[in-house]
Amino acid sequence: MSNYSYIVWIPLLPLLTFLLLGLFGRRYVKNFSGILGSGSLLVSTVLSLLAARQYFLQDGQLNGVYQKIIAFKFTWLEFSPNVSIDISAIIDPISVMMLVVVTFVSLMVHVFSLGYMKGEERFATYYAYLGLFTFSMLGLVLSGNLFQIYMFWELVGVSSFLLIGYYYNKPSAVAASKKAFIVTRFADLGFLIGILVLAFYGQTLDITTLIERLTSTQSAEFAGITTAGFLGVSMLTWGLSLVFIGGAGKSAMFPLHIWLPDAMEGPTPVSALIHAATMVVAGVYLVARLFPIFSVDGVSLQLVTYVGAFSALLAAIIACTQTDIKRVLAYSTMSQIGYMMFALGVSKQGGESGLGYMASMFHLFTHAFFKSLLFLGAGAVIHLVHSNDMKDMGGLRKLMPVTHIAFLVGCLAISGVPPFAGFFSKEEILLAAFHSNKLIFGVALFTAALTSFYMFRLYFSIFWNKEAAHHPHDHGEGTFSMKFPLVILAICAVVAGFIPFAHFVTSDGVALETHMDLGFSAVPVALSILAILLASVMYRVANDKPEKVASTMGGLYKAASRKFYMDELYLFITKKIIFPLIGQPIAWIDKNIVDGLMNWLASVTARISELIKGLQSGKVQNYALYFFGGVAALAVLFIYIWK
Amino acid sequence: MNLSLLILLPLVTALVILFCNGLKQVRVAALVGSVAQLAVSVRLLLLYQAERTAGNRSPMLFESKQEWFSNLHINYHIGVDGISIAMILLTASVVVAGILVSWTMDKLSKEFFFLLILLSMGAYGFFISLDLFTLFFFLEVAVIPKFLLIGIWGSGKKEYSAMKLALMLMGGSALVFVGLMGVYYQTGSFDLMQIANTPIPLDVQKFFFPFAFLGFGIFAALFPFHTWVPDGHASAPTAASMFLAGISMKLGGYGCLRVATYLMPDAAHAYSWIIILLATIAIIYGAFATMMQTDLKYINAYSSVSHCGFVILGIGMLTRTSINGAVLQMVSHGLMTALFFAAIGMIYSRTHTRMVEQLGGLLKVMPFISTVFVIAGLCSLGLPGFSGFVAEMTVFMGSWQNPDGWYRFATILACASIVVTAVYILRAAGKTVMGPMDDHYATLTDATWNEKLAAAILIVGIVLIGVAPFLINQLIMPGTDTIMMQVGKAITQK
Repeated sequence: MSNYSYIVWIPLLPLLTFLLLGLFGRRYVKNFSGILGSGSLLVSTVLSLLAARQYFLQDGQLNGVYQKIIAFKFTWLEFSPNVSIDISAIIDPISVMMLVVVTFVSLMVHVFSLGYMKGEERFATYYAYLGLFTFSMLGLVLSGNLFQIYMFWELVGVSSFLLIGYYYNKPSAVAASKKAFIVTRFADLGFLIGILVLAFYGQTLDITTLIERLTSTQSAEFAGITTAGFLGVSMLTWGLSLVFIGGAGKSAMFPLHIWLPDAMEGPTPVSALIHAATMVVAGVYLVARLFPIFSVDGVSLQLVTYVGAFSALLAAIIACTQTDIKRVLAYSTMSQIGYMMFALGVSKQGGESGLGYMASMFHLFTHAFFKSLLFLGAGAVIHLVHSNDMKDMGGLRKLMPVTHIAFLVGCLAISGVPPFAGFFSKEEILLAAFHSNKLIFGVALFTAALTSFYMFRLYFSIFWNKEAAHHPHDHGEGTFSMKFPLVILAICAVVAGFIPFAHFVTSDGVALETHMDLGFSAVPVALSILAILLASVMYRVANDKPEKVASTMGGLYKAASRKFYMDELYLFITKKIIFPLIGQPIAWIDKNIVDGLMNWLASVTARISELIKGLQSGKVQNYALYFFGGVAALAVLFIYIWK
Repeated sequence: MNLSLLILLPLVTALVILFCNGLKQVRVAALVGSVAQLAVSVRLLLLYQAERTAGNRSPMLFESKQEWFSNLHINYHIGVDGISIAMILLTASVVVAGILVSWTMDKLSKEFFFLLILLSMGAYGFFISLDLFTLFFFLEVAVIPKFLLIGIWGSGKKEYSAMKLALMLMGGSALVFVGLMGVYYQTGSFDLMQIANTPIPLDVQKFFFPFAFLGFGIFAALFPFHTWVPDGHASAPTAASMFLAGISMKLGGYGCLRVATYLMPDAAHAYSWIIILLATIAIIYGAFATMMQTDLKYINAYSSVSHCGFVILGIGMLTRTSINGAVLQMVSHGLMTALFFAAIGMIYSRTHTRMVEQLGGLLKVMPFISTVFVIAGLCSLGLPGFSGFVAEMTVFMGSWQNPDGWYRFATILACASIVVTAVYILRAAGKTVMGPMDDHYATLTDATWNEKLAAAILIVGIVLIGVAPFLINQLIMPGTDTIMMQVGKAITQK
C-alpha cells in the first residue's frame, strides 16, 4: 500500500483556518482573513489533486480494480469491543473524486468572496465559517466509519446553519437558518436510528466490514438482519430506509426539501458552495457509500428511485414559476439531485448494470461545476442589481459580458446540450433509467425538457428581455477575484464532460466502457433544444405571453408558484398541532398537575400539622383535659366493651 | 495520595473565608482555595492514571479507612475509581467557574462564598465515600447550603423555591436513608465494597431498592419529582444555579448508580422497566416542556430535566455501554449546564431580563457572551465536537443493545428528543443572540476577564471530552466494569 497519510492535511488545513480566524480573526487578522482562508484552501486543493493523480493514475489500481485504501484509522470512542467510532480516512474512487470537487469548488467560492464580501463587518467570521464547513464536508467524504459520517454530517449541518444565518440581525435569515437546521435534524433522527439498526445487526460501524457482512448471504449477520423484521419489513430495509431519510433531508428530497429554497437567505457564494455543489449532495454520497448494501435490498432501492424521480419532477415544475433567481437555482439543484438519486436507485452493483451508479457520480461531478458557476454568476448579478427578483433584471448582457457568457455556459451545461458537461452525465443517467425502468425514464426525459425551459427562462430574463435599467451603484461586474472563478468554472463546465469518468469511478472499481449512442441521445437533446426555443420565444423580448400561459394554467400555476403549499403544511403541523396539542398541554400538566400535586402534598402536610399542633400547645389545663378524657375513655372501654 | 485532602482543602478554605474581611479578601481566598482544589483533582487524575498504567487493577484506589462508630460498624472509608475522579474533576471545574462569575457578589459576600465552598465540600466527600453512612452525611452537607443560597441571594419567588427545593431534597434524603438502613440491617455493614460481595436476597432488594433509587432520583430530577428543578434554578443566583445543575444533580445520578444499582443489581434488573419508563417520560416531556418556556433559566432548567433523563435511561438499560454513557452524560451535562447558566447570568446582569421575547441581537454588543451562549446551546443539542454528542450517542448505542422491543421503542423516543432539543435551543438562540437588537441594549458591555475565564474553563472541559472522548472513556471504563460485574451476575441469574 502506498502512502496517503498526507491527505490528513486536506481537511485539517481548513480546520486550522477556522480555529485561527474564529479565535483571533475579528481582532487581529481582519481583512487578511480572506487571503489566509483562500491560501490554506489552495494548498488543500493542490493536495487533493495530487491525491487524485496518485490514486487514479498511479497506484490506486490492483489488477485493474480500484482498491479501497484506509489512509489512517484510530479508535475515537469505543462503545463495545466490536462497535466503535473510528476516525479514519478511506481512499476510494468516490472519496477522491469528492475531495477534488469539494476543495475545488470551495476554493472558487473563497476567491469569489474576496470581492463579494469585501467590506463586511464580520469578514473574518465569514471565512472562519467557510473553513469549518469545508473541514466538515471533507471529513464526511473521507469517513470510513458510519458514525463518523454522522458526526461530520452534523457538523456540516451546523456550518450551514451558521452561514445561512450569517446576516444574523435579519429575521428572515434567522428563520431560514433555524428551518434548515431543524428540518435536517429531523431527517438525521432517521439516520441515527438507521445507524443503530445497522450497527446492531452488523456488529460493527466500520463501513467496509459492514458491507462485507451485510452483502454476503453466508454471513450470520446477513441472516440476522434479513430474518428479523418489524411490521412485515426486514430490518435491513428498515435500517437502509432510515439512513436514506437522513440522506433525503440533507439532499433536499421531497418531502424534506422545504429548507433549501429558504437557505438562499445566506450570502450567495455560500449558496454556491453549500446549497448547490457540495453539502446537498451529501445524501447522494451517503447512498453511494453504502450502495453495495442498498443493492441487495430491492425495497429501499425502490424508495430511493421513486423519491428521487418525484423530487426531480416536482422541483422542476416549481422552478418554472419562481421569480427569485436564487430560488429558481435552488429548485433546479433539488431537481438535479433527484436525478442523481434515481440514477443510484435504478443501478445495480457491479459490471454493466452498475451504469446508474457511475452516471450518478458523474452527474454529481459535473453538476458541482456548472451549478456553482450558475450561483456565482447569480451572485455577480445580485451584487450589481441589489435584488434577487428577475423582474428587476433584464438586458444585463452588455453591462456584464463575462458573467453573461459564463452564465450561458452554465445554462447550456445544465440543459444537457452537447458538448457541455451536463450532456454527458445526463445521457448516462437517461440511458441507465431507460434500461431499467421506463416510467422513471419518461419522468427523467420530461424533467430534462423542463430544466432547459426554466433555465433559459432565467437566462433570458436576466440578460435579455427588457432594456437594462440604470443601476445607481454601478460598479460593473465586480473585481477580478469575482470574475476569475467564473471563468475557471465555465471552462470546467465545458470540459468536465470529456473526462473518461467511467474508467475511474464505477460501482465495483472496474473500468466501464461506455458508448455514446447517437440515436439514443437525439431525443433528449432535441427536446432540450425545443424547450430552449420555447423559452426564447416567451422571454427573450418582454411580452405578455408568460402571463397568458400562467393564466391558462390556472390553479396548477398558482399551486406551483406557492410551492404546492408544502410550507403551509409544515407550518400547520408545527404551529397548529405540535405546539398547541403537545407542547402546551405538557407545560400545563407540569405546572398544574405534577407540580400541583407536590404543592398539594405540602399544603396537606401543613394543614394536618395545623390540626394537631394544638396537642402540643404547652397549656397545662389542656394536657389535664386530654389526660382525664383519655382516662375516661379507657374506663368506658374496659367497663362496657371488654367487660 | 491522601484523599482526605479533597475534604480538608475546602474546609480550610471555608474557615479562612470566615476570617476575611470584605468582598476583595473573601473572593481571593475562595478563588485560591478552589484553584488549589482543581490542581489537587488534576493531580489525583494523573496519579490514578499512573497507578492504572502500572497495572493496579483493584476496583478502588487510594483507599483509607478510619473507625468512626465501631459499634454501629460506621467507618470513615474513602477511595476513588475513574467514575468518582470524573465527578471530582467536574465539581472542581464548576466550583472555580462559579466563584469567578460571582466575582462582584457584594451582598453578604463572606456568607455567600462560605456556603459555596461548603456545598462543594459536601460533593467531594460524597464522591469519595465508600461507606454508606459517610456518604449520606456528605449528601446532607451538600443540601443545606442550597436552601440558604437560594433563600437569601435568590430572585423572584425565592422563599417558595428555596423551601420547595429543600423539602423535596430532604424527602429524597429520607428515602435514601430508609434504603441504606435496609441494606445495613440485611448485611450488617455500611461498607460499599463489602456489601457488594454480600448477596442480598431478592425480596429484600426489591423492597429497599425503590427507596434508594427514588431518593437519589429526586436529586437527579427523576420524573415526576423534578418540579424543584425549574423553580429552584430560576430563583437561585447564578453561581448557585451552576452548582445546583452542575454538581448537585450529579449527586443523585451518582447515587443511583453507585449505591442503588451497584448494591442491589437484581432489583435494578427487575425494576428496569419502571426506571426506563420514567426516564423516557422525563426526556420527552422535559423537552416539550422546555419548548414552551419563555424565561432563559426555565428553558435551561427544563432542558436539564430532559438531559438528566438520559442519565437515568442509561442506568436503567443496564448495559455496559449505556452505563458508561450515563456517566459521560453526567459529566457532560454538568459542564454544559454550568456554562449555560453562567452565560444566562452574564446576560441577565446586563440586560436585567431573562425573558426571551425582550432580548434580541445581543451578538452585536456582546460577541463573547453570545458565543458562549451558542456554544452551550450547541453542546446541549448534541453537536459533535462537544461533550453532549459523545454522551448522548453512547447512551443511545448502549440502550439499543438491550434487545427488548419496548426498550427499543423507549430508545427511539429518547433519540427523537434530539429534534425537540434543536427546536428549543435554536428558538432561544435565534431570539436572544440573533435577530434585530433593541436600541437600549446598544451601550451594554461584553464579558469581563473573570467571566471570560469562567467560561473558558468550562468550554475546555466540554471540548476536551467532545474532541478526545477516548481519554475520559478510558478513565471511567474500569469503574463501569466494576458495576457491570454486579449487574452481569444479576442478569445471568435470571
